[in-house]
Amino acid sequence: MGLLATMVASEFGAQPLLLDLLKGPVLAVQDFFLLLGRAVRNIFRAPHYNDDIALQMDYIGVGSLPIVIMTGFFSGAVMALQMSRALAQYGQISKTGMVVAITLVRELGPDLTALMVAGRNASGIASELGSMKVTEQIDAMRALGTDPIQKLVTPRLIATSVMLPILTVIADFVGIFAGWVICYFILHLDSRQYWESAWRALEWNDVAQGLVKPFLFAVIISMIGCFFGLRTEGGTQGVGRATTQAMVVASVLIFVVTYFVAQVFVYLTSGEIQ
Amino acid sequence: MTPPSGKPAILRFENVCVSFDGVPALTDLSLEAVEGESRVILGAAGSGKTVLLKTAMGLVRPDSGRVLVFGKDLTTLRERDLFEVRSRIGMLFQESALFDSLTIEENVAYPLLNQRSIRFPKQQVHQRVEEALDFVELGGTLEKWPSELSGGMRRRAAIARAVVTNPPLLLYDSPTAGLDPITAQTIIALIVKERDLNKTTTLLVTHRYQDGNLIANFRYNSKQGVLEPARNGDRGAARTIFMVLREGRLVFEGDQNRLEASSDQYVRKFVKPREK
Repeated sequence: MGLLATMVASEFGAQPLLLDLLKGPVLAVQDFFLLLGRAVRNIFRAPHYNDDIALQMDYIGVGSLPIVIMTGFFSGAVMALQMSRALAQYGQISKTGMVVAITLVRELGPDLTALMVAGRNASGIASELGSMKVTEQIDAMRALGTDPIQKLVTPRLIATSVMLPILTVIADFVGIFAGWVICYFILHLDSRQYWESAWRALEWNDVAQGLVKPFLFAVIISMIGCFFGLRTEGGTQGVGRATTQAMVVASVLIFVVTYFVAQVFVYLTSGEIQ
Repeated sequence: MTPPSGKPAILRFENVCVSFDGVPALTDLSLEAVEGESRVILGAAGSGKTVLLKTAMGLVRPDSGRVLVFGKDLTTLRERDLFEVRSRIGMLFQESALFDSLTIEENVAYPLLNQRSIRFPKQQVHQRVEEALDFVELGGTLEKWPSELSGGMRRRAAIARAVVTNPPLLLYDSPTAGLDPITAQTIIALIVKERDLNKTTTLLVTHRYQDGNLIANFRYNSKQGVLEPARNGDRGAARTIFMVLREGRLVFEGDQNRLEASSDQYVRKFVKPREK
């Protein structure tokens, strides 16, 4: 890093102060990927903390179920209400099921589920690990023969990677169901027509996109939570700061990754980047 | 490797320097603790006492110098290889550092179940945990959570966790900080008891000179189960060395008589002469 900074400074005549400012973020990114690498490597190395994985699956997966169902239901209902109005102008109200299904499975389902889980779990992980850090429990763990990354980070990475795609599928289904509730009971559309247009609208790449994204989001949520938690310094104030940072950074990264995944899928399906 | 006393060195620092973000925490620090020895480390807040203990445990890597524990150079070992060395060291952290998601029994059993180099039989874990908790007089707290215990009880439970594997080297980081005088005396009595019953090498960080005085001048009478003054300062083969740190530098190292005779103004701040 020092060599690179010197090279850049001499090449562009940049002020050393600017390079010093850049060092922090670059080192943080480097540390993040080192942590990710160790967490992934530990998946294949003993000891495996299966009890911790199950516990985290319960907390992250089952614990997030109510908010994911609520979010999925109301986003599906809103989509059906708004889209039916727009489609009615073109006499295509029968396509409401199709629009709701595509929007939910491709974008809203994965994104909203990830944002909800990020709000609940990235911050939860950061505060839990941050509290352990400032009370020396992380040091105690190392002193007592345990690798904190193996014991704390890897189980959260595995649990989130397994549970978030499942939660997304649930949110997608609940959202489409909510769309049907609106279409059938409020708009008085034909039930069979709704489900058929929704079902026919979905292609394999929609399903693939809807499942690849939750997996990437799971890595972001769990690792950002752990990263900020393990970097916590400065007592309870530091825990609060780490919690906020984890949630904000995870949420922003979810949108960034959404864009790039969409670009990749558009490229794969149309043959060129839009 | 073997010092002039003839006893093997358990812990050895050679010109160790540690810094955090360019700020020195330990500067050119050298020391050698031999088997059975007690070391009392005094110093102001931020003088590097806790960093010294964490460096001895391999939790902090020095910028330069060597740290030898049981003859192994910690600076050359990978994190995974450090676990074997750490399994022979017990450490009491400043705020106890009990895992608040585990019961007291699970906390004390943690090193027995997780230190792979120990290979403790699982069926004997419960019995060993009970023994360790009885040792610190917390026999009835197995099912309790750390948050249900008082500060002094948490400190005793943490001592039980530190000694449950019978490590030959014990590091205590401010064990009496924030405790009332009676509880503080109980904690030091436990440390003396552990040291004298198991002949452990002990490093104790403290702000209180009374703690060092008890360590240096009392011994545990196993027949009567009480602390008693060591006659003429005689604690058998064991000896107590005092160290004073100032801004990461070792400014004093010697026995209690030399410490009390020191004319250094900084050193004298930590000394309260004994009553004759």
